[in-house]
Amino acid sequence: MSDMRQVAVALHSRLSMTRDAEPQVMRIATDSSCPSRKCTALVLPSLTVDVPSGFAAYFVRDSKPEALPGVSLLEPSYSLPSALSYLDEGDIIRLNPRYGHLWVMYRKASKANSMLLTEQCNSWCVMCSQPPVATDDRWLVDAWKSAIPLMATDTVELGITGGEPTLLGDAFLDLLATCKQHLPQTGLHVLSNGRLFNYLSLAQQVARVDHPDLVIGISLYSDIAWQHDFIVQSPGAFDQTIRGLLNLARCGVRIELRVVIHSLSVPRLVGLAAFIARNLPFVEHVALMGLEPIGFARANLASLWVDPVDYHVELESAVSELAANSMNVSIYNHQLCVLPPTLWAFARQSISDWKNVYLPICEGCAVRERCGGFFHSAARSHSRAISPIAHDGHLVPS
Amino acid sequence: MATIDVPQLNKAFASEYRFRQRTGKEYALLPLRFLPLDDDRYVATNFAGEYIVLARPDLQALIRHELVPQGGLYNALKAKHFLLDGDSSVAIDLLACKYRTKHSLLSQLTSLFLFVVTLRCEHSCPYCQVSRQSQDRHAFDMRRCDAERAIDFVFSSPSEHVKVEFQGGEPLLNFDLIRWVVDQVLERNETEKKQIAFVIATNLALIDNDILAFCKAHEIFISTSLDGPRDLHNANRPRPGHDSYERTLEGIAKARDALGRDRVAALMTTTRASLNQPEAIVDEYVRQGFTSIFLRALSPFGFAVKTGAIDGYTTDEWLAFYRRALAHILRLNMQGVVFREEYAALLLRKILTPYPTGYVDLQSPAGIGLSCIAFNYEGSIYASDEARMLAEMGDFTFRLGRLESDSIEAVLGSPKLLDYLAISMTESAPMCADCGLQPYCGSDPVYHYSTQGDMVGRKTTSGFCRKNMEIIKHLIRLLEDDREASPILRSWIR
Repeated sequence: MSDMRQVAVALHSRLSMTRDAEPQVMRIATDSSCPSRKCTALVLPSLTVDVPSGFAAYFVRDSKPEALPGVSLLEPSYSLPSALSYLDEGDIIRLNPRYGHLWVMYRKASKANSMLLTEQCNSWCVMCSQPPVATDDRWLVDAWKSAIPLMATDTVELGITGGEPTLLGDAFLDLLATCKQHLPQTGLHVLSNGRLFNYLSLAQQVARVDHPDLVIGISLYSDIAWQHDFIVQSPGAFDQTIRGLLNLARCGVRIELRVVIHSLSVPRLVGLAAFIARNLPFVEHVALMGLEPIGFARANLASLWVDPVDYHVELESAVSELAANSMNVSIYNHQLCVLPPTLWAFARQSISDWKNVYLPICEGCAVRERCGGFFHSAARSHSRAISPIAHDGHLVPS
Repeated sequence: MATIDVPQLNKAFASEYRFRQRTGKEYALLPLRFLPLDDDRYVATNFAGEYIVLARPDLQALIRHELVPQGGLYNALKAKHFLLDGDSSVAIDLLACKYRTKHSLLSQLTSLFLFVVTLRCEHSCPYCQVSRQSQDRHAFDMRRCDAERAIDFVFSSPSEHVKVEFQGGEPLLNFDLIRWVVDQVLERNETEKKQIAFVIATNLALIDNDILAFCKAHEIFISTSLDGPRDLHNANRPRPGHDSYERTLEGIAKARDALGRDRVAALMTTTRASLNQPEAIVDEYVRQGFTSIFLRALSPFGFAVKTGAIDGYTTDEWLAFYRRALAHILRLNMQGVVFREEYAALLLRKILTPYPTGYVDLQSPAGIGLSCIAFNYEGSIYASDEARMLAEMGDFTFRLGRLESDSIEAVLGSPKLLDYLAISMTESAPMCADCGLQPYCGSDPVYHYSTQGDMVGRKTTSGFCRKNMEIIKHLIRLLEDDREASPILRSWIR
């Protein structure tokens, strides 16, 4: 829990009490006249007596529910943890009363909602920000399957991550189909290492779901097989991923490539860009991503860290190689002050809102609004070049 | 990457060595060709047309299996699929995919259909191989019944994208037929649903508001001729009044007004008089608001040269002209003028991208019949534009059939065409098969038949071969050595 307290928006919290009841996924309502109550938690601004019954749970802001006379009307009721005071109409939570644990699964106002389907993975990437856990966590898919029908149908985009989501097999396909059924307007963005698409049948099954707006973001770290395999710590992974990419392309599934930049991938970054342009021109987007210094990346930070200002040349060459070949290329997780201005047009605000922060030094920066800022975890380990930018586009001398 | 500097990872991770050693000590060569680029460098190309420039000792080490695994050059050759080692087996899949992509236009058969709607013209250009000064419509105009059959051919193409180009003579002299063909094609296309583009190749002297209104309504492109500055253009293109240049510019302005700037293109032909003024020709195109030029050599086998009506020039003279023009274009770009040379652009697409180009003269098998079919005014079907021009000089070698009697299957499947295509393939043609530039070049049986009496041709004396090899090598040297030119050339592939 210690990391969770540092993030920009907390997604987990402990309740002040526990109960012996099954975990449940619920939609948040703030309006007590809400008609569908079975899967809905009502958030009340304060303690009142005239509260309609039938809601799955009640949360009260700024108060201790046990202090209320006539408390039986509000069962089961909890005090809303202050870290989650932002919860609002349409958000989705999972309440585990036995552990007194509240997990915010979905925030209606956020553009960065994503569904972590499993913590299991068949790779062991040296810079993984979400280290794999070998545990039976099928409950996660079940939770998401309950949550999807409660999500707003105008949700623009939804991520699917892990672990490696494709390890779930039929449950993964089933989840894609559930999204298609309940959220036909919502773009789905799946993060995968692509290795299991080495089986043509899986690529065909994904294609057969026929989701109207599905992109699979697949990681590729080198054009030299053993270097990629070293980075993902899995012999044969490069060949599986490449064959997977070809299979997905053959089935007409849209693909994005994701390249994380660190000391092991910088040496072949330009070669990899040329390799992608020549061999994988069918991918619709290439994201060149800065390191998120958390998880394994933190454990290996001394070996992996390269200050972005020290790979300008490689990054510029890689971007221009891809852009010259009409490929859609973006730079993620880089602050504008660490990029040469020629690359600003490719930089995106890519960090999910709940873990996105800025530093005190950013206060006086003229381009802060356009800048992607930092991972909360990067606040302590960042480029030596971080410096506010003046209106004329130059660094402010410190 | 440097092997001394092995990153020390946390103990939960396997060492780099465990993965690196998989390459083994030996490697196999994948199919490759090479050719000297200059005194000490070679250009090597792989099976799918990727290139790498190598110093002579590096090339020798590569083919003698003496390269040390792990070096930067080794990794570059491996990633570009020049060699294969124990590390990965996916290279073959990728090469197959790239090879298939590079040849993907073959399954489409031809998508370019030329309708020579009349041979008549009001110009009398000395280098023109085909046009006639005649008022006799019956003798030199395409008949409607032939045009109708030609439309059947268009719709039998498996290609989803089809281009119908009206040629002459001066096609506007038979605009009634153009109008009829466009209407018929669009009517039929309501059920066929192809992507159809129309082009009229015209000198614009006869353009009027009715014609432009029709072109606008049917989204027809205009392709015209502009050889350069006034004196050069008018000397090249005589007509009564000596005002071809003025009429062309006036026509371009009118057409742009009516259709939009992007619907009007111009082509130039290099004559002897052009050779000493490449800069002026390019500047004329820039001044007239064009964003590109296609520097085209005169067909050396043409009517004009053969009859001595104009002076030809050697391939080397043309190459000097081309290099000067290209240098001038690159200089303009460095000054901020966005302008490109189309022949370089299409060669660069062959060199730098995984995709094919449909340009007729640079295909293997040859583009005759496969990238283009020409319907002549008198009802004959020819394998290309040059093929029907050859026929005007009395040689019917490349006539594939007659519109009134032959089906598309009979024409494209004719033993004659298939024989020509089979011997034309640069993958097997003598000298081409071993040429390092084979993936970028092509085969032009009409050229070699006309100039050397043999469709395959002797490459040592072939102007086609010399021209393409020199331009391709020139482009590769610019890409490799010229830091200013390289990004400009790379931007032309988009």
